[in-house]
Amino acid sequence: MNRWPGSYVPALVVAVLAVLPVVVLFGLAESPESLLEARNLRLLLNTLLLTGLTALGAIAIGVPLALLTAFVRLPWNRLWLVLLAAPLAMPSYLGAFTLHAAFGMGGELENVLGLQTPSVFGLWGATLVMTLYTYPFVLLTTRAALLGQDASLVAAARTLGMPLAACLWRVVLPRAATAVAAGALLSALYTLSDFGTPAIMGVDTFTRMIYVEYNAFGLGRAALLSLQLLAIVGLVLFLESRVAATPERPGRALVLWPRAWQAPALLLAISPVILLALVLPLAVFFLWLVRDGAGGFEPAFAWNSALASGLAALAAVVLALPVALAARAGRFGRLMERVTFLGFGVPGIVMGTALVYLGLQLPPLYQTLALLVLAYVLRFLPLAVGSIRSSVESLDSGLARAARVLGAGPREVFFRVTLPLTRRGVIAGAALVFLEAMRELPATLLLAPTGFETLATYLWRMYEAGYFGRAAVPGLLLVLLSGLGLAVMLGGERRAEFGLSGDNRS
Amino acid sequence: MLSVTDMSVDYGSTRVVNGVHLELAADEILTLVGPTGCGKTTLLNGLAGLVPMATGAVRHPDWTATPDQPVPPERRKVGMVFQDFALFPHLSVEENVRFRLADHAVGERWIARLGLDDFRQAKPGRLSGGQKQRVALARALAHEPSYMLLDEPLSNLDAAFKESLRWEIRDALKAAGVPAIWVTHDQDEALSVGDRLGVLREGRLEQLDEPETCFSLPATRFVAGFLGEAAFLRGELADGRVSTGLGDVPATPVAGATGTVDVLLRPDDCAIEPVGEGGHGHVSLARYEGGSWLYAVTLDDGPVVKARTSHEHRIAPETRVAVRIVTTHPLAAFPAE
Repeated sequence: MNRWPGSYVPALVVAVLAVLPVVVLFGLAESPESLLEARNLRLLLNTLLLTGLTALGAIAIGVPLALLTAFVRLPWNRLWLVLLAAPLAMPSYLGAFTLHAAFGMGGELENVLGLQTPSVFGLWGATLVMTLYTYPFVLLTTRAALLGQDASLVAAARTLGMPLAACLWRVVLPRAATAVAAGALLSALYTLSDFGTPAIMGVDTFTRMIYVEYNAFGLGRAALLSLQLLAIVGLVLFLESRVAATPERPGRALVLWPRAWQAPALLLAISPVILLALVLPLAVFFLWLVRDGAGGFEPAFAWNSALASGLAALAAVVLALPVALAARAGRFGRLMERVTFLGFGVPGIVMGTALVYLGLQLPPLYQTLALLVLAYVLRFLPLAVGSIRSSVESLDSGLARAARVLGAGPREVFFRVTLPLTRRGVIAGAALVFLEAMRELPATLLLAPTGFETLATYLWRMYEAGYFGRAAVPGLLLVLLSGLGLAVMLGGERRAEFGLSGDNRS
Repeated sequence: MLSVTDMSVDYGSTRVVNGVHLELAADEILTLVGPTGCGKTTLLNGLAGLVPMATGAVRHPDWTATPDQPVPPERRKVGMVFQDFALFPHLSVEENVRFRLADHAVGERWIARLGLDDFRQAKPGRLSGGQKQRVALARALAHEPSYMLLDEPLSNLDAAFKESLRWEIRDALKAAGVPAIWVTHDQDEALSVGDRLGVLREGRLEQLDEPETCFSLPATRFVAGFLGEAAFLRGELADGRVSTGLGDVPATPVAGATGTVDVLLRPDDCAIEPVGEGGHGHVSLARYEGGSWLYAVTLDDGPVVKARTSHEHRIAPETRVAVRIVTTHPLAAFPAE
């Protein structure tokens, strides 16, 4: 078995491509003597503060909601779970934009309802927004862990005289601690790489300053900032990999039946989260649509988005297939698969910076759609790989051997057995990449060819220009796309991640 | 001590426990037996307050629980022993036993009595099944419950331990003077360990009586079949006796039986004897049970009866046998089906 599996060669090419942006950044970065400057330290502090506060906020919201959705029998259980998980699918810049516009002096809440509200801005505003859009990570990881816990320990503690609240605190939550940590680290990761929210909230984080430097032609400094950001991302990823759950004995999960008056009270308690994260953005965009109409919006923006995202989805699945197959073939294949996951850790703004520089070095690529598609592919390839991988996993290697014995060559086996059987994963992977790319903002801002306006970039330019009303149509379309993304996630291969399948308890 | 009236428990739209009435006397051990899915664990959880009741009431000297006024488990003074023991994995044996005890003396007494002293510092993960069971029992009793609920306490143990631990648990409960409801799916366990025995089927209590009564005078054919090998023989009931193809036997009518009846025959009620010619039927099945042989005999007119012989008597299948009803106590006579 010294021969390399056929999937290794294309997989290796993809893996090399995936490390390309990081290599480029090292070549580009200016000398690191400015690292200890006060300005740089302030950036570091802001980034860490925002990330840390968001992780804490995500725990504060996500853990109670996980307890609620995992244990309490509410009417329309699943609806609440989907609504509470939905903010994950929505790009946080939509939330930051609309919350910023709704709250404070002269905000839409004051204009329409006459409500005096404090403004949502600065570090606290950014923390609020990031918390609202990343707590579902904690909710989902914690909920899955809670559903995996056998209820008998709680029953034992209660019959021994311990009240329910104390049981949850002392018997249930300590066993879910690693899942909570894993979720909080994911929300930290998402916050680190988010560009739109700190930019709108006026918080000087790495992502925001990379964009500022890029606009000021300070590409070398942008690269240096990018590398610092990557270092923090790497640290978080490292911590994430160290979080290992202790195995639980399987059993029936705890079920709590609320009293008649408790169910509405609990629903009332979760409503602020849904109102702020989902209802308010929708309401604000609708308000703007009614007030300002669809003026200025051209269908070409949507078409451009779809074109770039469609190409990215196609390229991503074509590249992901050999990677997923290689991951199954052996250890080196799994290593290459890991490498392609690098893209997920590279924030969009960093990916943009790296590829802009690449374009400058390779003039035929500069300002082309190809470069933008490449950025999407590198960034969202892990979604396609993961999705295809899970369908490849279920593929019985005996089938391929059976086909070979029947006289089919490796090519024929691939096209007639492997590909048809992985079709579901391929389609789901393509859909996820497409929907993510449609909503991607920072890399698109940096890489879209001049005049190539997409939904996200148009929305951003209208925000920067202060024509909020004109953001209504692209905003609503992006919310709609987020809804579709959620449907794909819930219905498709990532169902298990949402733990919905664990819900069929009786 | 505990009085349960018309208690029902629903899971969604399914009624899992249906209108159960029972009284638990002080110092009494009541075993509940039934097939898998009959609702016995749910009934226990309802009595502990771990699942809500749909109808009925549970009355205790200190509290009364109803669907509208539930009493949470922590306020019921209940002790529970779980099928999977439910020991806290992060606490040592002694920490488990004195989980919420202010006074450690009671815990010490049970640690000593149940022989947990040697591994009191061990974490539950390192214990054997029998040791875990003793810890679970000690923990529940040390918290001085006013009644105990045991959910299949022996089902996760090796067969070798079951028999001895069964009596150890019974003795401990009697020593503590705590009334208990003990759920099991094992008929032998249910018959031997309880002062009274309840048989559950599809959420309903089919019979609740002393074990001997349940066994020899079952209220329904289901109870008859569930508690042991049962065969039914057609006959005519008159004046407390039933005339059958195997002779005339004393009988007690159950479920309002009159006229044509089916009498319940346990293997111990019959004796069989190989005969060359004649007899009542032939051996259709022979099963070795260790200490004895169990035979099924197909009578010439159709019905099948069962009988045991000592392990020394081996009768080959197809052998013609004579069947004799040897019992002197009245047999249960059911309405003919």
